[in-house]
Amino acid sequence: MPHDHHDHLSPSGHPYRPDDDHPLTYWQQMEIAVRELLIEKGVTTAAAINAQIEAMDARSPAHGAAVVARAWTDPDFRAALLEDASAATRGMGFDIGPMRLIALENTEHIHNIVVCTLCSCYPRNLLGLPPDWYKSRAYRSRTVKEPRKVLAEFGVTLPDTTTVHVHDSTADMRYVVIPQRPAGTDEWHVDDLAKLVTRDSMIGTGLAKSPDAA
Amino acid sequence: MTDNHPFTGQRWHDMGGGAAGTIPTGQHDFSLWEKRVDALMIIASSQGHFTVDGLRRVLEDMGEEAFETMTYYERWIAAVNQNLIEAGVYTTAELAQRMTAVAARGATYGEAASE
Repeated sequence: MPHDHHDHLSPSGHPYRPDDDHPLTYWQQMEIAVRELLIEKGVTTAAAINAQIEAMDARSPAHGAAVVARAWTDPDFRAALLEDASAATRGMGFDIGPMRLIALENTEHIHNIVVCTLCSCYPRNLLGLPPDWYKSRAYRSRTVKEPRKVLAEFGVTLPDTTTVHVHDSTADMRYVVIPQRPAGTDEWHVDDLAKLVTRDSMIGTGLAKSPDAA
Repeated sequence: MTDNHPFTGQRWHDMGGGAAGTIPTGQHDFSLWEKRVDALMIIASSQGHFTVDGLRRVLEDMGEEAFETMTYYERWIAAVNQNLIEAGVYTTAELAQRMTAVAARGATYGEAASE
């Protein structure tokens, strides 16, 4: 597809999708038609569609970070989260939806990493929409085969004494990783701890930030 | 594409373990039309017009070529549409008529999306 706006970046620093400023595509034409038909048939309303978009936009890794930081500081919550992450996160007010959420705790000896080899299942109700790489063929193919090489591409090198557990999501259940709490944060407030928790650390392709990097 | 090959017990979408290159690091902001596709999927499925399995069935049947040549939400709107037609929410004739009307409104998404 021709594209002559390579230099244009959005406010977040990412390039705009070519679709934004280009002639109507066939699939956009279909989206408009489908949306209008659904509204006319009474399946939904324009307001409901906008509300759904706003709800999705409001979800972000910050929600997951709040969950992780609480698990680091509240032993009862940590136990509840590991027992039933859907219920525990709902208890914090997050709309987790019908999908089963499973929390995976990293330890000194175990590092968890999440992938969806069959499609691109992701804990979207907690963390928001997945990053583009999570949906890529390369990530989906290689993570189950050579997780340490994949981790190295994300800048994560684990000692040989750490066992890597790879978890393959399904359409009906999603994983969220609880990264290890960084050393030197013993006295930290839960809200400050949450700032150390990155999106990638909850997918398992990253670690929580160290206190000096925060 | 892959349908021309003998079945090996693993369909094209079952990518785990396959050979692949470096993980792409590029990230794009979701555009409005993509967010709308996402919202339509959530709303229509939550009302029982189809399930996530129905969505995936169409995505998987679209084949590997679609995965390589269409963007994520292009594949999704195709799958949502197929499921809604199968569910009887609207007909192919209604869709065709509406898509023609949409295209007649203007050459850009913004023009075509405003009635």
